[in-house]
Amino acid sequence: MHIGIDVGGTNTDAVLMDDTRTLAAVKHATTPDVTDGIVQAIGDLRAGHHFDGEQISAVMIGTTHFINALVQAKHLAPTAALRLGLPATKALPPLVDWPAELVKALSARSYLAHGGYEFDGRPISPLDPDELRSHAADMKAHGIRSVAISSVFSPVNHDLEIEAARIVGEVLGPDVAISLSHEIGRIGLLERENATIINAALRELASEIVDGLTAAVRKQGIEAPIFLSQNDGTLMDEDYVRLYPVATFASGPTNSMRGAAVTSGLTNCAVIDIGGTTTDIGLLINGFPRETSNEVKVAGIRTNFRMPDVLSLGIGGGSIVNEETAEVGPESVGYRITTEALVFGGSTLTATDIAVAAGRADIGDPSKVAHLDPAFVDRVLTRIAARVAEAVDRMRTSPDPIPVVAVGGGSILLSDELPLFGAVHRPDNYAVANAIGASIAQVGGEIDKVYAIEPGRRDEAIAEVRAEAIDKAIAAGARPNSVSIVDFDEIPIPYLPGNATRIRVKAVGDLDMGGPR
Amino acid sequence: MSWELTAADLPDLARGATLLGTGGGGDPYIGKMLVEQVLGDRSITILDPEEIDDDLFVIPTAQMGAPTVMIEKIPAGFEPTLALRTLEEHLGRRAGATMPIECGGINSMIPLLVAAETGLPVVDADGMGRAFPELSMETFAVYGVHGSPLAIAGERGERVIIDTGDDDRQMEWLARGITIRLGGVAHIAEYAMRGADVKRTAVPRTISMALALGRAIRLAREDHRSPFEAIATTLTTTLYSHVRELFVGKVSDVERRTTDGFAKGVAVISSLDPSSDERLEIVFQNENLIARKNGKVVAIVPDLICVVDHESAEPITTEGLRYGQRVRVLGISTPAMMRTPEALQAFGPTAFGLVEPFVPVEGDAAAAKAARTFQTDARAVVTAQGARA
Repeated sequence: MHIGIDVGGTNTDAVLMDDTRTLAAVKHATTPDVTDGIVQAIGDLRAGHHFDGEQISAVMIGTTHFINALVQAKHLAPTAALRLGLPATKALPPLVDWPAELVKALSARSYLAHGGYEFDGRPISPLDPDELRSHAADMKAHGIRSVAISSVFSPVNHDLEIEAARIVGEVLGPDVAISLSHEIGRIGLLERENATIINAALRELASEIVDGLTAAVRKQGIEAPIFLSQNDGTLMDEDYVRLYPVATFASGPTNSMRGAAVTSGLTNCAVIDIGGTTTDIGLLINGFPRETSNEVKVAGIRTNFRMPDVLSLGIGGGSIVNEETAEVGPESVGYRITTEALVFGGSTLTATDIAVAAGRADIGDPSKVAHLDPAFVDRVLTRIAARVAEAVDRMRTSPDPIPVVAVGGGSILLSDELPLFGAVHRPDNYAVANAIGASIAQVGGEIDKVYAIEPGRRDEAIAEVRAEAIDKAIAAGARPNSVSIVDFDEIPIPYLPGNATRIRVKAVGDLDMGGPR
Repeated sequence: MSWELTAADLPDLARGATLLGTGGGGDPYIGKMLVEQVLGDRSITILDPEEIDDDLFVIPTAQMGAPTVMIEKIPAGFEPTLALRTLEEHLGRRAGATMPIECGGINSMIPLLVAAETGLPVVDADGMGRAFPELSMETFAVYGVHGSPLAIAGERGERVIIDTGDDDRQMEWLARGITIRLGGVAHIAEYAMRGADVKRTAVPRTISMALALGRAIRLAREDHRSPFEAIATTLTTTLYSHVRELFVGKVSDVERRTTDGFAKGVAVISSLDPSSDERLEIVFQNENLIARKNGKVVAIVPDLICVVDHESAEPITTEGLRYGQRVRVLGISTPAMMRTPEALQAFGPTAFGLVEPFVPVEGDAAAAKAARTFQTDARAVVTAQGARA
């Protein structure tokens, strides 16, 4: 047996699974300290279907914490972006293409310094330690707690990023986290740098969350390995999350879409996942989430991740409703819904209150929303349906009819008929689709190495690397017949002799639940 | 008619320019941001090539180098204007306008950056009608305007003048060497010419065409119409009248090398149907050069070979090609002035060492008709010039 948990901004969902069969499912409000919510969720799972701690072979956790932090511009560490590349790259300094509100939320500061490499490995200019120390002193003076360092052509040679991190670290001390771009992204300076800045801004939150998650699971007497799901639907361990929280970024949509596919049995459909804070809309094509092609914008920031093509709206069960305009969100009470929403005796009108007033859900105390004007309630729900339908319409690329599947706890906000699309499918266990998606997550094997490829031997060399990645995925616990190559990237390194090429391959397969990992 | 271009036009122009980049030309996204940073709320005057004064002194500006370098080493910003000023100084004459030498990719944007910095207008025309990897591959050169003297500038403020007389290949070779020494990307001013020469040698209205294509793709998507039909409809009113779908499939392999200052390689696109062994192979040198379907040529330079997202029609550059992407490959015909024997000698298959002869993407009959029209048009231009003189 294994456990899938989805920790959202509003709700914590958990499922007890036997392979792909759901034995028990529970939903709980996310608590201010994420630990309590998970302890309660696992306790309730046990009450629903008894198990002993040692019967659990793995705990898979998906969390939207990190993306929510970015979308809501909250809980982000004061972050500095330091780029090595002067005199080049000055025309477009770090953060140049970021939305102003987000720059403000990060108290972000942008620094340019000498350094970086040319494509062929020659230095653009040598590092200037005094310049770096003076930038670091300025960061310190401005209360910076996390630093993202990027350097021109660092995927080809990352020496200067490491050396700059050492110099800056000496000034800032060990409590300031440093994220290096070559560990996060690939060729494409602005996109790699943006992903690194996002990662840096999330580092403090990541440690907090991982500590909470681990403590909660151990408290329930479960010693099985704990995994977090990544953007591509594969799993990573807790230590990795502390360093690279950005890799979990789109795991919410990936998990909900995979969960929707499993629970609805549909392979071609639009998936609307309404949580407590956001509505994520994606397309399932032949059972797989449609991926973005070139550019991926997250909270208005251009990155080069591979992730599902998802459109996010700031509408969720915890969204605050404006009593005059009837507009919903993007502000959300989040996990405080159980104290702040009207139905729970609070004083904030939320989307959940509207759903209860409309008789669409039985949550809390309905008498607390009896005073709401039915015409107003109707106006809010109609507005939500119209905005969601418009977003689905933007996602589809042809006017052909497409079935629409609603999942997530907040999907009670959605009427049974959606303008333009007709009936909305609501599969069994729709409310915990994310947790089911997390529980069926896959494991991967990644190879990232520099190879010397002899002329005429490229095909053979690549075949070898691919086989190596597949073996690694199987060693990590993937069922052999389910493994396939999901990512392949080749970067020539012209300044090294012998046709040196950096090859990255990722193979992915279903986690074999039959044995240990 | 001349018109004003604002920052709001840049995203559509970037999309259209990427399509015309036929896989290369560099990512205009970076170019777009460079222009945005300088332009702000102001606008840039775009001059129609038919309406410019014969004596208008035009100095085209551009970036040169490998696209794989451009997405990593961003300019300091002043380099293209420095190249223009350096050439003005060398020639002892101030430019009245700038112009693209290449309408595809980032070079659609560099003259706009110069315009935003200097206030100069930009002529709505270029010398490639798409993107090409070499500076000598210009209709300017084909029809008698030479690139020299050329000014080249780097981010440390380095400036070099190259003058090779009428030998544009030698100019390209020397400039390429300097660009590699400067780190793989440099900025240039070259092909200085009079308005009368622009009318005779440039591919006309390619900035407005790129803008129209980018806009048509976006509007079609917003209205849930086919972006592919929108591309075809937009092209019918231009000199690029034919578009053909060459293949639909999944990127199954991309091999690339940065050699001699170019990004060279091969992309393989396989059928979406796993039981089919149909495949399209695209050879590129910065830009897509030739597309072979199951070994048979279906499109070849100078015609455009464009890889786009299979649903949204968003153009994909060779450096943006990734394993597993679902794509459509389009073949687009080029204007007759780009297919004359002299033009094919400069930038046809043999110029890239390909043994296959040029075959028009739309078939021979349609191409012959377009060629007749071009000859008539060319005579009309010459006659008009004669009348003015």
